[in-house]
Amino acid sequence: MGSATIRAVDGITLAVEPGEFIALLGASGSGKSSLLNLIAGLDSPTSGSIVVGERNLAAFSRGELAQYRRYAVGMVFQSFNLIPSMTVLENVELPLRFAEVERSKRGAMAKDALERVGLAGRIQHRPIELSGGEQQRVALARALINQPSILLADEPTGNLDSRTGTEVMELIRRLNESLQMTVVLVTHERDLAEKYAERLVSMGDGKVIGDQSNPARTLARGES
Amino acid sequence: MKLYDSVELAARNLRESVLRNSLTTLGISVGVASLVAMLSLGIGLQQLASRRLQRAGLFDTVVVSSRRDLRSFSREQETEGPAPAQSPELDENARAKIAALPEVVEAYPDLRFIAELRFEDKPHLTMIAGLPLSSKASDGFEGMQGRFFSGDDAHEVILQKMFAAELLGKSAHNPDEINVKEIAGPLIGKQLVLRYAERESGNGGSDSASYSVISRELPLTIVGVADLDPDSMRGNFRARLFIPQKLIEGMHAMQAYESRDSTHATSNQPVYSTLVARVSGAGKVDSAEQAIKKLGFNTFSILDATKSLRRFFAILDLFLGIFGSLALTVASIGIINTLVMAILERRREIGIMKAVGASDADVRGLFFAEAGAMGVLGGVFGVLMGWIIGRAINFGTNIYLVRQGFSREDIWTVPLWLIGAALGFSFVISLLSGLYPASRAAKLDPVQALRYE
Repeated sequence: MGSATIRAVDGITLAVEPGEFIALLGASGSGKSSLLNLIAGLDSPTSGSIVVGERNLAAFSRGELAQYRRYAVGMVFQSFNLIPSMTVLENVELPLRFAEVERSKRGAMAKDALERVGLAGRIQHRPIELSGGEQQRVALARALINQPSILLADEPTGNLDSRTGTEVMELIRRLNESLQMTVVLVTHERDLAEKYAERLVSMGDGKVIGDQSNPARTLARGES
Repeated sequence: MKLYDSVELAARNLRESVLRNSLTTLGISVGVASLVAMLSLGIGLQQLASRRLQRAGLFDTVVVSSRRDLRSFSREQETEGPAPAQSPELDENARAKIAALPEVVEAYPDLRFIAELRFEDKPHLTMIAGLPLSSKASDGFEGMQGRFFSGDDAHEVILQKMFAAELLGKSAHNPDEINVKEIAGPLIGKQLVLRYAERESGNGGSDSASYSVISRELPLTIVGVADLDPDSMRGNFRARLFIPQKLIEGMHAMQAYESRDSTHATSNQPVYSTLVARVSGAGKVDSAEQAIKKLGFNTFSILDATKSLRRFFAILDLFLGIFGSLALTVASIGIINTLVMAILERRREIGIMKAVGASDADVRGLFFAEAGAMGVLGGVFGVLMGWIIGRAINFGTNIYLVRQGFSREDIWTVPLWLIGAALGFSFVISLLSGLYPASRAAKLDPVQALRYE
């Protein structure tokens, strides 16, 4: 056993415009999730910079990164990452606790977010009592609760059947369009990426190996 | 995150693993209970000892004598203050002054004399002393048969048990051979006649120093028999027959010292050889002595033994506290273990929290709140358990004491400060135990934590 250095993400230069919907495509181990974690402020690069707005995440302290995660980005994961011991409402409210939002306002805000994802009727259920699609919608509501400008989705349909996967992706598209939210979607499904993203960035071995706009999607967006 | 959110989330987490957390909390409770039980035993024993000493009346008494009495207790004091010849008399005036001192509860003359008495037509010679009503609380009267004086000038008498045996014609060399109960029965309620010499002041007007001695008889009813030690250090009890203080004062019985001191007498008032000043507490003896000396008298007191007693109990409490704390130390390891296990189990949850915006401080606060909640709960139950254990010890000890023929004693006391201190200590120990797990949880890498299945 030795200690070999693995560069999960190496020499990437990528600019994403506000309100853009991009997809990071690539096989397993290509570095797309690592790149997403860097953008999410969950990880810090060993060198280089990640500039969001005017601020360089690479220079942030742990506390500043936590603040950034709290207010600037929302994340959804393949495995939903809901806390099983909490109800749907409590899961969605959780980021508001860290943001120190007054207790009296939290309920209404969480219900609003759940309404937006079409789950207003199941607020007192536990995640385990919901279907996969519903769980992912709860995760989406949680990601939206602090009104972030960036939504990061890591294989959001990976654990869903195609019909619920489409429902969730449609929801993400609507958020992108109605709230002008920047969306970075990580997926290994090219069809899904082509259907929803305006730009397709392909990765391999931690590097960007292709970056192209998706004419079908750009056109469709222009028409709408 | 706000404190109440941390507490709420902590409470939720504690409920999630209710069995494990209850066992950990139980561990803390046992620790706190042992601490409370040990310390309250120490405090109880200390209070018991202080109470006994106080009731013994040894350490709250100042014996006052005139500097005119050249046999006085502390000769070195005679160099200070007025010369013996100019120093004040120990009379009623002096008694009132001493009694008025803030530290002094009561002051009374130590009156005793040898007199002859007749009981069932037989003469007996014995030492008689006066006792104030306050002596009733003294431990010397524990196990007394009959009752104490009904009033401060009642014509009643309490007998020392050896003398009581003598009245009944029984003789014993060992006081332990005499059973107070047995000898009190035939004596209580009976009368005896005291014959004594009364000092009557002369009627010579300016010639106040003259007096005559008249023989008097006084019938008295026996009301009690007590197991008092006539050779004890307690001046009051150094007699074999006791009558109420006011009664003995009113008798103007000729005192042994009066013939010697008669030339000094400057008034018609009785002049006493010694006064007993009872002080409000052992700690006040020193200041009372100083104040009495300023009035021009000599004083004598037994050194305040409660000081060394307090030191002894401070050390005892320290050791009991250390032993009690050992259990709490073990309990604190339990908290560390529980929380470290919780970190492993909730690794992913911590990752999720961090992903949605929890800072290191939020995660640390959450684990601290869990440790603190276990500490508070454990503390409350521990104090309760300690209290019950103490009650049980008290109950058991009292059964034993009563069976052995002693009176009941509270050997166990939980003062309010101990309850507060135990709760605070348990809380602080729990927080300290939470220090390592909390900082470990806070430092978790969110990416790693989210990957954890």
